[in-house]
Amino acid sequence: MLTFTCPYCGVVAEESELTGGGEAHLKRFGPGSSDAEFEAYLFTRKNPKGVHFERWRHAYGCGKWFLAARDTNTLEVFGTYPAQTTEPPADLIAAIKNKRPGWEGWK
Amino acid sequence: MRRYSMFAVAREALRYHAGWERAWRSPEPKKRYDVVVVGAGGHGLATAYYLGKVHGITNVAVIEKGWLGGGNTGRNTTIIRSNYLQDASAAIFEKALQLYEGLSQDLNYNVMFSPRGLLMLAQSEHEMRGYKRTVYANALQGVQTEWISRERVKELVPIINLDGPRYPVLGALYQERGGTARHDAVAWGYARGCSAMGMDIIQQCEVTGIRTVNGKVQGIDTTKGAIDCGKLAMVVAGHSGVLAEMAGFRLPLESVALQAWVSEPIKPVIDVVVMANLVHCYISQSDKGELVLGGGIDHCNNFTQRGSWYTLEETTRALVETYPVVSRLKMLRQWGGIVDITGDHSPIISKAPVEGIFVDCGWGTGGFKAIPGSGWAMAELVAKGHSPLAEGFGLNRFREGRFIDESVAAGVAH
Ligand SMILES: Cc1cc2nc3c(=O)[nH]c(=O)nc-3n(C[C@H](O)[C@H](O)[C@H](O)COP(=O)(O)OP(=O)(O)OC[C@H]3O[C@@H](n4cnc5c(N)ncnc54)[C@H](O)[C@@H]3O)c2cc1C
Ligand SMILES: [Zn+2]
Repeated sequence: MLTFTCPYCGVVAEESELTGGGEAHLKRFGPGSSDAEFEAYLFTRKNPKGVHFERWRHAYGCGKWFLAARDTNTLEVFGTYPAQTTEPPADLIAAIKNKRPGWEGWK
Repeated sequence: MRRYSMFAVAREALRYHAGWERAWRSPEPKKRYDVVVVGAGGHGLATAYYLGKVHGITNVAVIEKGWLGGGNTGRNTTIIRSNYLQDASAAIFEKALQLYEGLSQDLNYNVMFSPRGLLMLAQSEHEMRGYKRTVYANALQGVQTEWISRERVKELVPIINLDGPRYPVLGALYQERGGTARHDAVAWGYARGCSAMGMDIIQQCEVTGIRTVNGKVQGIDTTKGAIDCGKLAMVVAGHSGVLAEMAGFRLPLESVALQAWVSEPIKPVIDVVVMANLVHCYISQSDKGELVLGGGIDHCNNFTQRGSWYTLEETTRALVETYPVVSRLKMLRQWGGIVDITGDHSPIISKAPVEGIFVDCGWGTGGFKAIPGSGWAMAELVAKGHSPLAEGFGLNRFREGRFIDESVAAGVAH
């Protein structure tokens, strides 16, 4: 079973306690952006077979949105972190690089 | 290819069945093909089949990393219907249904198409209105469907509990021509047809790279070496994004797990297909007597072909409430497939941003029913560069905001 540690309340939450929110760290493109940027922002997710940064909401717990790094090919969870950031924490990136030497990075 | 017939069965019965030939050849790949299709699921094989049959293009290879039909095609619950809402969908799903009706004859292979009738239960006021709207839309599209009362539902499905504790059954959208077919047979029948036209089906051969020169496709790299091609058709469902990345573009879809499971075999208890989209469960009974069961998708990106436990739990809860008989059954097998979901729950049949590459994907939770229609349209697109059936399903619709919104018709259902 997929479990994540909520970085806010510290509870180890099962998937049934959480709601998935899709890819994390998207940059919003709104009025004034090009059609291509707007399309990519709305629809064109990275959808990698491998390391994925994603949003989860501790919906049936403290209610907060948090972020997580997970391998979509093994379901291994590398770690979770609070959502008030525009990029993943450096120590998490280092830990993932350690485990997945061929990984191309988070962007 | 030796045709299957009554006479063939009689002939073989007299000689210990020693004369049956293999249904398809397993050749080594050639250096070059006019068209390479990646993915030997139903859609890839049907694309190749109609390329040969309708357009006379037979220098074709179908490349498959596993075994043919081993992806979603061999994992799906085989519901076939054409009661979608939008005109573009109705056209392609209805084309597929019509081709299914004659497919066993066309392929000379029994795909066990069983138009046993299909119900989509309405269990809220909202759903009831939605389905009535679909019935009217279908009438305008020339797709025969009807709205039936809850009493009629009970007649068709004696094991149903109409007054489920959560959501009573108010009626149903009924398509009499809907039903099921044998999933493996669809893949095998098309494969046999392709092989008979001289096409090469190459299994256990993974595509690992796509070579392009000046924005035009040259060929592919595979675990069995490099293969050149004039045109490349990517038909790999959940792995479409992985293939697109090899060619340097992205697709507007995400890959998630969808599960199904079957019970121990029992005597016939249900002879129609019933989907309940509000409580997320659907049911039919296979020829072996197993109840074929399924529900909704999981809620995170996944490539593991395993699903989440909570989805099983939710669906089972809904099944037991709707069909109390299920509570006494043991389950035999459970599995998952990786489905490719687009933003509007409609497929993509389109030219790709790289010249010479075509994509057929995004069928998500409901593409088995579409296999013949999709193959037909994709073959036409690859051969001629244009297909009326595929027109609305181009990649440009995401940029232009011309969605084919089927989230109601396809939301949970298959
Ligand atoms: C549990 C479940 C239930 C479903 N129920 C229904 C239903 O009731 N009705 C319905 O209409 N639809 C249903 N579907 C959806 C349906 O199964 C799919 O839409 C359809 O089978 C897709 O067919 P395909 O040929 O596009 O993909 P697939 O059958 O998945 O074929 C794609 C092939 O590409 C191959 N491939 C991938 N990457 C590579 C590579 N790099 N190199 C070479 N080959 C590669 C894969 O091995 C695979 O065999 C269900 C799906 C699932 C998972
Ligand atoms: Zn929490």
